[in-house]
Amino acid sequence: MLQLAWLIPVLPLIGFLIIGLANKKLNKALVGIIGCGSILGSFLIVLSLLINVLNGSIQSETLTYFNWISAGSLDIKLSFLIDPLSVTMMTIITGVGFLIHLYSAGYMSHDEGFARYFAYLNLFVFSMLILVMGSNFLVLFAGWEGVGLCSYLLIGFWFKNNDYNNAAKKAFIMNRIGDLGFLLGMLLIIVTFGSLEYSVVFEQAQTIFKPGVAQPVLIAITLLLFLGATGKSAQIPLYTWLPDAMAGPTPVSALIHAATMVTAGIYMIVRSNVLFSLAPFTLEVIEIIGLTTALFAATIGLVQNDIKKVLAYSTVSQLGYMFFALGMGAYSTAIFHVATHAFFKALLFLGAGSVIHAMSGEQDIRSMGGLWKKLPITFATFIIGTVAIAGIPPFAGFFSKDEILAHAYEHSPILWVLGVLGALMTTFYMFRLVFLTFFGSFRGTDHQKSHLHESPLIMTIPLMVLAVLSVIGGFVGVPEVLGGHNFLKSFLSPVIAPINQHTEHALSHSTELMLMGISVGAVLLVIIIAAIVYISKKAVPSPEGSDLSAPHKVLYNKYYIDEIYRTLVVKPLYWLGDIFYKVFEIKIIDNFVNAWGKGIDRGSAGLRFLQNGSISFYMFAMVIGIILILFFNTII
Amino acid sequence: MQVLSNTVNNYLVLASILFAIGVMGVLVRRNIIIIFMSIELMLNAINLLLVAFSVFHNDASGQVFVFFIMAVAAAEVTVGLAILVMIYRNTGSVDINSLNKLKW
Repeated sequence: MLQLAWLIPVLPLIGFLIIGLANKKLNKALVGIIGCGSILGSFLIVLSLLINVLNGSIQSETLTYFNWISAGSLDIKLSFLIDPLSVTMMTIITGVGFLIHLYSAGYMSHDEGFARYFAYLNLFVFSMLILVMGSNFLVLFAGWEGVGLCSYLLIGFWFKNNDYNNAAKKAFIMNRIGDLGFLLGMLLIIVTFGSLEYSVVFEQAQTIFKPGVAQPVLIAITLLLFLGATGKSAQIPLYTWLPDAMAGPTPVSALIHAATMVTAGIYMIVRSNVLFSLAPFTLEVIEIIGLTTALFAATIGLVQNDIKKVLAYSTVSQLGYMFFALGMGAYSTAIFHVATHAFFKALLFLGAGSVIHAMSGEQDIRSMGGLWKKLPITFATFIIGTVAIAGIPPFAGFFSKDEILAHAYEHSPILWVLGVLGALMTTFYMFRLVFLTFFGSFRGTDHQKSHLHESPLIMTIPLMVLAVLSVIGGFVGVPEVLGGHNFLKSFLSPVIAPINQHTEHALSHSTELMLMGISVGAVLLVIIIAAIVYISKKAVPSPEGSDLSAPHKVLYNKYYIDEIYRTLVVKPLYWLGDIFYKVFEIKIIDNFVNAWGKGIDRGSAGLRFLQNGSISFYMFAMVIGIILILFFNTII
Repeated sequence: MQVLSNTVNNYLVLASILFAIGVMGVLVRRNIIIIFMSIELMLNAINLLLVAFSVFHNDASGQVFVFFIMAVAAAEVTVGLAILVMIYRNTGSVDINSLNKLKW
């Protein structure tokens, strides 16, 4: 099967080329078939690879295709790495990706940009596969930039709306800031190790650097790489683009901004876990940033009224959890959460898309309510997704989140308390969303009410499949205490650095059970509270413009972070640009350039008098010229 | 040789004076015919020098050059006077200052 591995990214690329070049000449059915079919083809190849990796016939294979860059001692090849980590990611990307493509065929069927949409989506899958398959940092970076581009194109998909374009630009620029860090990190890796190939870098790192000794170079490398990860994975301080990214079509939010692209930062850190493990300082930074982001975004999620914004802040918060896990050195746990999160968050986004579809584009949960009768499948699957993200056993989110919390408790009970607090907030805002959307009475317009309908099968089938995955997805990592075996951890162990292998649970089974009991109990309590507030008391968030209490107002306005960035960064930059324009551009550069023109103009005006056409003057000039030539000949 | 070189010096001085008169004539006179004559004067100053040097060096080629120059100058004057006649017919003047049409 390894001979076919190159087809995995190439199939979506071919799909992109066909759809992108033929564009409007293809009818929608054909576009849908090519778009979905190319991903399905990749998925099948990935599955066969997965089987081979699972039964041990493939362990870690590097497939080299051609020399990409060779300059001096630096030699970078275009090569793919097939190992448990990349195969896990590939399965998520092509599997969830295929379901979302299928859903998109229904969701976007009325859109005139249908073909353009599928071309972008295929290009995105291609880039994302390149990102996870590359066997060196540069191939990863190529995919990294590719997904950034597709994210930009798809956020601004409805380009006639200027707000959407601004959201796209915001995402793009914020990602560039992170990418600068990533790029500098790569350069530092070249300087330090003389290569970008994972195998070479990690092996050298383990021989050159000893754990426990301060290594400024390594800390610098890892911090720069982490800066790249904060951009792509929407962590503090570069997270504000993700909620705005909800301007794109909803399946895009599901695929790119929840399930795959935003996890690229986590993938990159897990991939380079050898470097990170040797730099404990960076891990501490990641841990703090991750936990802060998780709590911070969760508090904002509590009061948002846009169905997609709630999910967006939830995504930021869950990504924070993953970084929190990474910071504690629990790399396989982070990937575990990536996988389960991909299932339930894609499900939630697609469910939200189905609701928006039924509501003819309405996204405000204040105008919804009582939808469960009209949208039974969407409702059922959405509930499953919500239960999964809330962390109620035996749904997927419980196992991955519990593993993170167990690691947190091991580090410090305070971290555990904070982690549980985040989980409770997640539960609250998710159930608030469910109760406001699906329960109670309908609060929208009569027109919307008459138009309510369940989505077509092509949209509900992916919902059902993802719902099943959200239920059973967690069983790849059942903790020992519940009579299971953490399969994912042992599967990924070849990728994790030896010095990290000791991060086995040191908790006794009784402690672990108690922790689970407390968190699940608290989660259930929060659900009851949410039910009392939003079902029994029928509380509805106050309409726009009404007076809010001060803390509520701060949360509703997302801590004014965008405004702070605007004041601290954007405005000074505009001001600086203004100065440069008025002083340097106009006064200095323009004057300099214009002075040349004017000088030559004036000089030639003077010289023009020489050419007066008079023979006598010409002869005079000739004689003077001859005299001068003779004169200079004698003195030189 | 001393005597001869003195003689050559005399010729040099005379030729220079003739040449300078020619140059001044070209520069200050406005009648084209007089300018032509001044040019001839310069040419003949050079001819005089060529002859003097040829005698001084005992080399006849200088005198051959003189014949060439006289022949070429005669041909040139023929053409020049023809142009001059045309100019006179068109402008009714042989004043050089009226000939400022070289610009166009």
